[in-house]
Amino acid sequence: MKYLLFIFSLCVLVTNLQATTRQVGKNKEYATVTAAVKAASTGDTVLVFAGLYREKNLVIAKKIVLKGTGYPVLDGEKKYEVISVKTDGVVVEGFRIIHSGVSSIEDMGGIKIYDSRDVVIRNNILEDTFFGIYVQYGKHCIIENNRITAYAQEEQQSGNGIHCWKSDSLQIIGNTISGQRDGIYFEFVTNSVIWRNNSFRNIRYGLHFMFSHNDAYIFNHFTHNGAGVAVMYSHGVKMYSNVFEENWGDAAYGLLLKEISDSYIDGNTFVKNTSGIYMEGASRIHMQKNQFQNNGWGMKIQASCMDIEVTKNNFISNTFDVGTNGSLVLNTFNSNYWDKYDGYDLNKDKVGDVPYRPVSMYSMIVEKNPPAMLLFRSFITTLLDKTEKVLPSLTPEGLKDSRPQMKRLF
Amino acid sequence: MKKIIKYVMADILRNRIVLVYLLFLLVASFSVFSLEDNSSKGLLSLLNIILLIVPLISIIFSTIYVYNSAEFIELLVSQPLKRKSIWISLFIGLAGSLSIAFFIGVGIPVLLYEANMVGFLMIGVGILLSIIFVAIAMLAAVKTRDKAKGIGMAILLWVYFSILFDGLVLFLLFQFADYPLEKAMVGVSALNPIDLSRILILLQLDVSAMMGYTGAIFKDFFGTTTGMLISLLVLLTWVSLPVWLSVRNFNRKDL
Amino acid sequence: MILANNVSKKFGKLQALQNVSVTCNKGECIALIGPNGSGKTTLIKSILGMVVPDSGFITFNGNNILHHWQYRSEIGYMPQIGRYPDNMRIVDVLNMMKDIRQHKSAIDEELVAAFGLEELKQKRMRTLSGGTRQKVSACLAFLFDPQVLILDEPTAGLDPVSSEILKEKIIREKQKGKLVLVTSHVLSELDDLVTQVIYMQDGELRFHKTIEALREDTGQEKLSKAIAHVMLNASTI
Repeated sequence: MKYLLFIFSLCVLVTNLQATTRQVGKNKEYATVTAAVKAASTGDTVLVFAGLYREKNLVIAKKIVLKGTGYPVLDGEKKYEVISVKTDGVVVEGFRIIHSGVSSIEDMGGIKIYDSRDVVIRNNILEDTFFGIYVQYGKHCIIENNRITAYAQEEQQSGNGIHCWKSDSLQIIGNTISGQRDGIYFEFVTNSVIWRNNSFRNIRYGLHFMFSHNDAYIFNHFTHNGAGVAVMYSHGVKMYSNVFEENWGDAAYGLLLKEISDSYIDGNTFVKNTSGIYMEGASRIHMQKNQFQNNGWGMKIQASCMDIEVTKNNFISNTFDVGTNGSLVLNTFNSNYWDKYDGYDLNKDKVGDVPYRPVSMYSMIVEKNPPAMLLFRSFITTLLDKTEKVLPSLTPEGLKDSRPQMKRLF
Repeated sequence: MKKIIKYVMADILRNRIVLVYLLFLLVASFSVFSLEDNSSKGLLSLLNIILLIVPLISIIFSTIYVYNSAEFIELLVSQPLKRKSIWISLFIGLAGSLSIAFFIGVGIPVLLYEANMVGFLMIGVGILLSIIFVAIAMLAAVKTRDKAKGIGMAILLWVYFSILFDGLVLFLLFQFADYPLEKAMVGVSALNPIDLSRILILLQLDVSAMMGYTGAIFKDFFGTTTGMLISLLVLLTWVSLPVWLSVRNFNRKDL
Repeated sequence: MILANNVSKKFGKLQALQNVSVTCNKGECIALIGPNGSGKTTLIKSILGMVVPDSGFITFNGNNILHHWQYRSEIGYMPQIGRYPDNMRIVDVLNMMKDIRQHKSAIDEELVAAFGLEELKQKRMRTLSGGTRQKVSACLAFLFDPQVLILDEPTAGLDPVSSEILKEKIIREKQKGKLVLVTSHVLSELDDLVTQVIYMQDGELRFHKTIEALREDTGQEKLSKAIAHVMLNASTI
């Protein structure tokens, strides 16, 4: 056993001895990164010192560590894709990557990963890139602590911050993304996790999610995005403890769910969105312990949704708590706290004795006829709501919370 | 003219109803602020008071006052005074004293609890509404000779502006649901000073309230300085037009 | 001084005045007499500019009064029913009037003293009896020493003593060369006052005569009798 261990450590030592560090910079071994990469062999580290490098398209087809110190700048001169990673196990870290090319034919990225696994992109600053970090057919890749900033004004001139396509088992962690078209874009990506990212002021969505199953996103912060976050045509999505904030506009939602099934939405906070959550064609979704505060609509559930379970959430200071467009309700509301609830609790079990109906008459009217918003908070709408409460006729009979909480839940 | 205003105001301010009105506003505002845990919610509750009570009291009190002062007005008319200045003085006296009552009753609590843009706007709008409904009351009073009819008219006008108008708007919205009415709604809101005031305050107070396309259009219009100025102008028209019409009527009226 | 020319006024269907023409001059004391609803008050109000005639015109010292208001500073008017802001005291009303009129020359407060209003000065108007209010109205009419006095039922509601005081005051003012227009139902009161009589009926002016002429025509010494005679023989005149 001891002998074996000795052989093993010797091997490690030998490979380590073989792996050399090649320095790039002024008065260093190599003047350009391209030259250093060309000279490097598998397992080498290319260490790039601070300075401005115009390398055109830097292709990395060897398993090397490309490392910047003091944030050397790689300039794409608005013509080239800056770094293309084309093999497994590459590490890119510590660079400042600016001005990638913009193309309407190919998706040029600041850093683009082609058909590779175990690639790590870490601690980079990307500025004014078309796509920021682009992952195509990637597996087990880690995208961590990058800062991606773009300044585009229109959707057409801008790519996505972190764009992942047909990939599996990715980890997107702690990145900050702003000013792109979509902050993080997932299409056909499975078994991945999006954790602790901050995505704000993107032109379209903070996070855009399509045909991507069994992914989780946790502790992310999405603010001031053009249309909030969209999760579409996926199943098995877990959304925990994210914050959706200040997503304003006609077609803006904190979270847009379209054709989503078997998913969990727990512990998220929705504040100051036009609609906290907008659901269309969603089914079998569990929503628990979320906070809906100061939204136009806390939640809009279209009649095409079924088996949505809304339990133990707080609904506070929303203009309308729940909106819907039909009278058939196949969803259940249970044990939520509604600040608009004005029932009583005679037996002091902290559960209101009469059910709460979160859909008001006026919200139905506005749903059918948006200009009726003109009458918001007018005497007549108050009157309508009160009469409807006494004699429900227009609002869906089945949509009610039979166990409304008397006290805020958390 | 100044002198008549002085006497009319002195008379009204000593009137018990105005005092009760002032006290009511004061109690209502303070209790609203101390009951609600956050004071912007208090502002919202106060908004309902401003939009309902202020027009109601302003229009009814003014109408009754004008009728009760018929002989006094007669006395003044027999004096070497311009009719126009008598009527305008009466208007300024009424509007001034009701505005003062409003300012003390609502303005001071608001300034104590919410001295910000919304608070100032609310006080401004409340005062404007007081003045507008005094103007409307005076037009109603000069048009109808009979006191009971006049007061009935005043109440009807209030019901119209507070409830019927909105009901009518709702009805029309559903009648013409197939047409893009959002922009037209901005214009419609100018036809009712109460609606206009409500939208102005809501846009400042409760941004989440005004959502969707309609909200965006409202915000595009009322949210800008130009929009605010135009709204102010419209509200001032709601003062000047009834006053002008009532002066014209009063000039020709037989007493 | 005051000249009305073909003045007509209709209130709805009621013809309140029909082609009324009168001339009133300085130093005259004219009684406006006629049954209820004969148009006396309307005529007075027309002169005061409170009622705007449908046709015809009225001049005051040669100027058309329509749309003018300054001439009213020459008129003291005592209305049939005087009502004042409830919360004001007598002294406030008097002060207000002085304040509003901006009268330059002497103020005539003789009646205030004569009626004993000095002691009541601090009382609020709403607490006053009808008679006291009449006194206030009378005081106001005389306060600014106007050239023309228009008194609508001045003695109605006054006690005999006060009414005597008022009458004497009227006589004194008349002797100063003022024009006094007075209406009253109590004709006996007018006997010692008036120099001329205007008789109106159904909005029409039936006659305008000096009191002497009236006495001659009717053969009656007392005004009340004379008028009664006129009313009975309306057609003869």
